[in-house]
Amino acid sequence: MSGRRQGLAVLVAAARTQRGAVGLVIVAAVVLLAVAGPLVVPHPPTESVTGTFAEPSSAFPLGGDNIGRDVLSRVLAGGWLLLVMAAAATAIGVGGGVILGIAAAYRGRLTDGLLMRAVDVLLAFPQLVFALLLVSVLGSHGWLIVLAVGISHAPQVARVVRATALEICERDFVRSVELMGTPARRVMTGEVLPNVTSVVTVELGLRFTWSILIIASLSFLGLGIQPPEANWGLMINENRIGLVSNPWAVVVPTALIAIITIGLNTFTDAIARASLGVERPAEEAALAAGTPLELAS
Amino acid sequence: MSAAAASELGVVDEAQPLLAVDRLRVVIARSQAAVVDEASFTLDQGEVLGLVGESGSGKTTLALALLGHTRRGLEIGGGQVLFRGLDALSAGPELRGSQIAYVAQDPAAALNPTLRVGTLLREVLRADGRFQGAAVDERIAELLEEVRLVGVAGVLDALPHQLSGGQQQRVMLALAFARRPGLIVLDEPTTGLDVTTQRHVLDTVRTLCGQYHVGAVYVSHDLAVVAELADRVGVMYAGRLVELGPTGRVFRTPAHPYTRGLLRAIPSPTRAHVLAGLEGQPPRPGARPHGCSFTPRCEFALAECRAGEPAPAPVAGDAHWARCLRADTIVGLRPLAELPERERQPEDDGEPPLLEVNSLRAAYGERQVLTDVGFAVRPHRCLAIVGESGAGKTTLARCIAGLHSNWEGTIAMDGRPLSADRRGRGRELTRRMQYIFQNPYTSLNPRKTAEQLVEQPLRELMSLSRAERSERVSDALAEAALSDDYRGRYPDELSGGERQRVAIARALVLEPELLICDEVTSALDVSVQAAIVELLHRLQRTRGVTLLLITHNLALVRSLADDVLILRDGRIVEHGPDVLDQPKSEYATQLLANVPSLTPA
Repeated sequence: MSGRRQGLAVLVAAARTQRGAVGLVIVAAVVLLAVAGPLVVPHPPTESVTGTFAEPSSAFPLGGDNIGRDVLSRVLAGGWLLLVMAAAATAIGVGGGVILGIAAAYRGRLTDGLLMRAVDVLLAFPQLVFALLLVSVLGSHGWLIVLAVGISHAPQVARVVRATALEICERDFVRSVELMGTPARRVMTGEVLPNVTSVVTVELGLRFTWSILIIASLSFLGLGIQPPEANWGLMINENRIGLVSNPWAVVVPTALIAIITIGLNTFTDAIARASLGVERPAEEAALAAGTPLELAS
Repeated sequence: MSAAAASELGVVDEAQPLLAVDRLRVVIARSQAAVVDEASFTLDQGEVLGLVGESGSGKTTLALALLGHTRRGLEIGGGQVLFRGLDALSAGPELRGSQIAYVAQDPAAALNPTLRVGTLLREVLRADGRFQGAAVDERIAELLEEVRLVGVAGVLDALPHQLSGGQQQRVMLALAFARRPGLIVLDEPTTGLDVTTQRHVLDTVRTLCGQYHVGAVYVSHDLAVVAELADRVGVMYAGRLVELGPTGRVFRTPAHPYTRGLLRAIPSPTRAHVLAGLEGQPPRPGARPHGCSFTPRCEFALAECRAGEPAPAPVAGDAHWARCLRADTIVGLRPLAELPERERQPEDDGEPPLLEVNSLRAAYGERQVLTDVGFAVRPHRCLAIVGESGAGKTTLARCIAGLHSNWEGTIAMDGRPLSADRRGRGRELTRRMQYIFQNPYTSLNPRKTAEQLVEQPLRELMSLSRAERSERVSDALAEAALSDDYRGRYPDELSGGERQRVAIARALVLEPELLICDEVTSALDVSVQAAIVELLHRLQRTRGVTLLLITHNLALVRSLADDVLILRDGRIVEHGPDVLDQPKSEYATQLLANVPSLTPA
């Protein structure tokens, strides 16, 4: 109720900037393609309908893949699952990270020390290697991939959220609520959480980008979404041997992943700037710098 | 360059003022809305000009513009600044730094924390061709003497953070005076310093300006400080100088209603009178009304005031002018004469104390902050706890409130001892004692509306129906002089004073018996402070609330407190109802003597 105002206001402010609008349009276009794609596939995406690495023709505008399936149909059908998995992994990672970050910042002392040292250890692994490690231990079902990628995000998010939450926890309004005898859990959810929403919004965008890349990478390595299901990451792997015969089978999924990444990054950047006030009109910035706080007598 | 050479020889053209500012205008770069407009004044050498006004009045912007500098997003939109006949706005290092020096408000932020004081001084002197080799060390020794840092052992080898706030500000003064400038611009240099330290810094500035014939522009929101230091004072409102004249005359017989309003809002260290707050808020740049900007808040306004911005008109001689059509009427009124004296609370009504503190010892980690503190607060009275920074007054308040639990001794309410940990105190005790924080910019959750903020303690501590809660929120807001329109507003839609009122309403909603007010007005402008002080006073009288006032502002204590307790280094120096009138200890006498006064002896 209360946190929404700022969170939404930041999103709207971000979308209004040129940078934000461009990013949003790019993301929306790719998401639309991935969501509506499965409904408009010209051929069944898992059946061989043309020649192996067939060159583009009028019936198959992007040609055929490694076993003669229609590349266009597979591109249209292969996005939504990737995006859904990425979204789920992002939600798990950011959710977990926010809980850990706020708890560490608010509890302080031992909790903070333990949580943050654990985060340091986890951060020592490159994220992809860490996700691979988890998948190889846990197995490679779709939901396990989501879980593994989500868990691999949590330490990064936790660290960023903790930094912001630490400053919030020092403010007097947290003291004032503590004086009312409010339990710690409610102080964290009711007072601290609403004040870190802009950081969380930025993290959501960033982590979503990373999720797509990592899940696509895992698919490329043969983990995760299993053949014959279509998937952009998997397609790159399947078709790379035919790069010379029909490059579209590799180029198009690669380009789509790149484009949504760029779009997401651009939009996230706009959010970050909007929440920091970099894109605020100069009047407001000048006033904000000049107005409050002439402390003491 | 010729002027610089002339100043070195001590030759000064008598006819030419040191500084001549003509219709200086500073605007917001994007919208061209004026932040400072039509600023014109002159300054002679050796003269101190005070610039006063509330936050947002443009005084700092004007001071920086004298050096040709503006904050990000602002630019100089017109006008002229002549320093000894040279254009200071377009001048480079030949004027700025060497001839015009600047002292910033916060020395801790202005000094490079990685450089030792000696390095800082040498760096400045080397930038000047006049000081080479042994002359640098000679000048440094001389400077330390001038800013009275000479007795501080190892000061040249100290890093800024190893010095106290007052010493840091002296280093800033040394840096500013190092190259023997002709003009020095000081931006609130004593804000945040204790009265004793402030007194020393002010003495230093006065002596140096007098001794070396340096002109000074002294920016401050503290009229009493300016009264003690400045020869002339300029009052700023909404980006314009509205009144300018000899300090004594402006403060005794102000001609502009805004100056008059400010003077009536300031508590006096010598007389406990009722304070008159200024209603309303100054207009923002770009949103200034047609005509005189002060009209909406002015009790003397006429229809003509809205017609056009009044030009500066001389008041009783040409040294004093004001931008007000009714200046001649206002100058004839004594600003403080009709403000009634406060009646004092009867001495002893025989009631047992509400709060008793006995042999309290408190520590932060290894450091002992309070030693053997004991006192009693009788109900319906206001006890002020005063002391300089580090005296332990906030720690004392926090121990009582339950925000700091590392203490020994007893704190008892109605004779029942309180546990150190607030969780052991129970709902009823929590409800009866409320704490109001110093800074309303951090004490309100920015994501909650005024209504949610005020309602929160009711939800946490009392079981009431929705309707009952809503009614009590309305009552509390009304008590804090906020209409129901404020319910839906978020803190960033409120001014500092309104925020503090919401914080007070949040405390009042529980109908507490004891209000602990920790420097509640120190983040606010004087006009707002006056209204908050009057509000607290009314609560004490009409609702019988007992006040515990933590402050370093002795004038405020005079205005509000029935009893005074002076803390020094964690110990009680003096306690009683007559501490301000008949101080017994040397420390209290000294402290009182150091308080700047609007009417210096």
